[in-house]
Amino acid sequence: MNLSDYKDVYVFAEQRDGKIQNVALELLGKARELADANNEKVVAMLLGKNIKDKAQELIAAGADKVLVVDHDLLETYLTEPYTEAITQIIKEQKPSIMLIGATTIGRDLGPRVSARNITGLTADATKLEISDDEAHEFRMTRPAFGGNLMATILCKNNRPQMSTVRPGVMQKLPAAPSRKGEVVDYKVTFDEKKISRVKIVKTVKEKKTVTDISAAKILVSGGRGVGSKEGFTKLEALAKELGGEVSSSRAMVDAGVMPADRQVGQTGKTVRPALYMACGISGAIQHLAGMEESEYIIAINKDKFAPIFSVADLGIVGDLHKIVPMLTERLKAMQK
Amino acid sequence: MDFSFTKQEELFLQMIREFAEKEVKPLAAEVDEEERFPMETVEKMAKIGLMGIPIPTQYGGAGGTNIMYGMAVEELSRVCATTGVILSAHTSLCAAPILESGTEEQKMKYLPKLASGEWIGAFGLTEPNAGTDAAGQQTIAVEDGDYWVLNGSKIFITNGSYANVFIIIAMTDKSLGTKGISAFIVEKTDPGFSIGKKEKKMGIRGSATTELIFEDCRIPKDRQIGQLGKGFNLAMKTLDGGRIGIACQALGIAQGAMDETVKYTKERKQFGKSISQFQNTQFQMADLETKVQAARLLCRKAHYNKDHGLPYSAEAAMAKLFAAETAMEVTTKAVQFHGGYGYTREYPVERMMRDAKITEIYEGTSEVQRMVIAGKLFK
Amino acid sequence: MPDTTEVKINPVTGTLIREGVPSIMNPDDKGGLEFALQLKDQYGAHVTVITMGLPQAEAILREALAMGVDRAILLTDRKLGGADTLATSSAIAGALRTMDFDLVITGRQAIDGDTAQVGPQIAEHLDLPQVSYMEDLKYDEATKTFTIRKQLEDGYQILEMQAPCVVTALASAVKPRYMSVSGIVTAWDKEVEVWGADRINVPEDRIGKAGSPTSVFKAFPKQLKPAGETFEVTPEEAVELIVNKLKEKHII
Repeated sequence: MNLSDYKDVYVFAEQRDGKIQNVALELLGKARELADANNEKVVAMLLGKNIKDKAQELIAAGADKVLVVDHDLLETYLTEPYTEAITQIIKEQKPSIMLIGATTIGRDLGPRVSARNITGLTADATKLEISDDEAHEFRMTRPAFGGNLMATILCKNNRPQMSTVRPGVMQKLPAAPSRKGEVVDYKVTFDEKKISRVKIVKTVKEKKTVTDISAAKILVSGGRGVGSKEGFTKLEALAKELGGEVSSSRAMVDAGVMPADRQVGQTGKTVRPALYMACGISGAIQHLAGMEESEYIIAINKDKFAPIFSVADLGIVGDLHKIVPMLTERLKAMQK
Repeated sequence: MDFSFTKQEELFLQMIREFAEKEVKPLAAEVDEEERFPMETVEKMAKIGLMGIPIPTQYGGAGGTNIMYGMAVEELSRVCATTGVILSAHTSLCAAPILESGTEEQKMKYLPKLASGEWIGAFGLTEPNAGTDAAGQQTIAVEDGDYWVLNGSKIFITNGSYANVFIIIAMTDKSLGTKGISAFIVEKTDPGFSIGKKEKKMGIRGSATTELIFEDCRIPKDRQIGQLGKGFNLAMKTLDGGRIGIACQALGIAQGAMDETVKYTKERKQFGKSISQFQNTQFQMADLETKVQAARLLCRKAHYNKDHGLPYSAEAAMAKLFAAETAMEVTTKAVQFHGGYGYTREYPVERMMRDAKITEIYEGTSEVQRMVIAGKLFK
Repeated sequence: MPDTTEVKINPVTGTLIREGVPSIMNPDDKGGLEFALQLKDQYGAHVTVITMGLPQAEAILREALAMGVDRAILLTDRKLGGADTLATSSAIAGALRTMDFDLVITGRQAIDGDTAQVGPQIAEHLDLPQVSYMEDLKYDEATKTFTIRKQLEDGYQILEMQAPCVVTALASAVKPRYMSVSGIVTAWDKEVEVWGADRINVPEDRIGKAGSPTSVFKAFPKQLKPAGETFEVTPEEAVELIVNKLKEKHII
């Protein structure tokens, strides 16, 4: 393998039901920065059926080129057709770097692609950079040991250097709709027998409107101290006043009080809002791992020894059941 | 002298500690507050074999050691003394006598159900007029053809209203004194048997402590357990084993109180430092820690003796005496170290103090334990 | 005829120092193990547990035996050390290739490596179909088909796969059972098979450090944020403090 044959930063442009996922746009923002450091291009891989019209959105977000792989078998994500399509792209186009969003799709696809192509994959990177020495090496940094340690990973001799990144970690570029780029109709071939080994019987969307808490600028989050659905209505009222969303610790999701898509933490979502209000959350390390990068953290907890106070910018030892409604009223009054 | 646990005992300790933390601790305050028997916990315990730890596998038990059983009582009591005593009474006071003195038929009939937790066990010796003076039994059992007919009542019976099987001590021949006392197995559904008053207690409030009433209670002849006239011996032997269980309960309560106090005194700051940094705290806690460790050694030795077929009556008495008095001392001081907060129900130490007191009283008061120890000493 | 299920427990190896760290079974793998044991309860499946790691990883296997698995294998060898997920998955796939199985279950992610990769990579090395984020699993013995419920961010999917295949399990979807007392008492009665690199028939350039495309450039503790301030105040004062801060930060 001649490493110098490998160029450019490729981004898997995840789409669902024809809608480009935010994480893909965030990764294009980062890819732009990485490509510019090496005077290389950003190439988006858009897999699906009848999705060519979405290519411009990817160019507006930073892609120089979009490879559109339009095929019946790619309409809904399945491991084998997607892995095979990307593998063919890798073999033919020889990307140096490949970024994939760490979603349920990305975490299924990334490792399969890396194994098929015998290359390295760094999962859940929080920082991606090109070193500014003459080596210009691609460095991927990720939390390890439950978030207690950070590790910077290299993939020196294999290509592409792959990394998955969680939604909400990287930042989108401001959209430039008039930006120009190349759109390529890319052809791939499939082994029908292999493709059919997994069948989708049905897909069910949960009835409630899904909120992407990782996109929210303000989160009012509740834990065991909130305790119940009634408790959470107080948080909802506050979130409404602040123009934010409600999120939850794992405890309340496990207890069935809040749905899994609102869970913040190591096994939930990573969030980096401008404001994170932790109400009745003790601050277990797995929770902190999901929110401690928030710009400003306010914690309200009755227990003055709660670990959440170690990451809070402003800590209040008190009863959230009194403070939260009072704060909501105060904000309402201020609006008038 | 090898003080180490076996690999199995270590793995067991890991499991029971996790179980106690995750399944038992969250309910402890509520169980105490509502005086509620934690049936859901008993069902979870049953599922993983905790209700039959030292019962041999041929009778449906787990085939574990008494050391493991003692660990279970200790770890459960550390977070909830009520749960600890439920297990202790069931295992030591009901399953154990059937295992040790029952006929093969009795063992096959009762032990599998007790070991699986399908049935809960209890033991009835104490009466309104027969406490420490246990020989003064007034419940009588009279032969009637193929049956025994029991009349009388028992009080302060742990697990009373939830048990399915009871070991009942009754007088069969008053003229023979203690040699006229026999033991019987009574089932909840036996005619003439009923549960009476439920006690309102200072501590272990979730434990169902009830009166048992026998009104011409008819049980088949084969329910007699052990030899006729040997019931008092059976009761004393049973209490010897039960004593170690209660010693472990007291030990668990003491350890729980120590853990809470260490945590609290480290975090609580007065006069610019943690109160754990004051020598008064350190010296007192050092003394208490020494006593708790000593109690632990006494408990382990008593169970070790039992596991190895060595006499354990005096060892059990010493373990119970010392562990109970240590638990009382540790929990009282724990409340003191917590200050005003320790007196409120926000912290668990006041409950632990209320729970500790009974360990000095039931299954033989501390005075009785002293009688047993002196009895061995001055033989 | 009972089918055979394999549970691969995530490795203890990685790119960081491992000596002296007691192995604990990672919660996601415990979830996978629970699914396997439920298949044993329901269909009489034979469950094998494999873990790759240092010799002290035997402790996890004893736990698994106490939970009820039928066979336990410890894959351990100096040659396998220093492996990243690709090399680890190659080694484990090598071991699995020597066995008959209908299903491989892996945990979704390990708390130490946090990578969620090994399961899908094993599937690729074995050229088997995979489904990840499994919440629930049913088996049709007649058609040897697994019906899997897969968690999505906004709902779920039902998929079908035929044996042999690979699933990664979602720990939060199941409550792992405790070891039973009799399981613990008998945990050392069964043999824990110890396998070395020679048993797995994987080329040396695909295992251990040599087989690891990724390497750690450096590891460092997280930077600490400057400490914030905590106040014990009345609710009214708390509201004042919060509102002032929010104004200051231009959040309102």
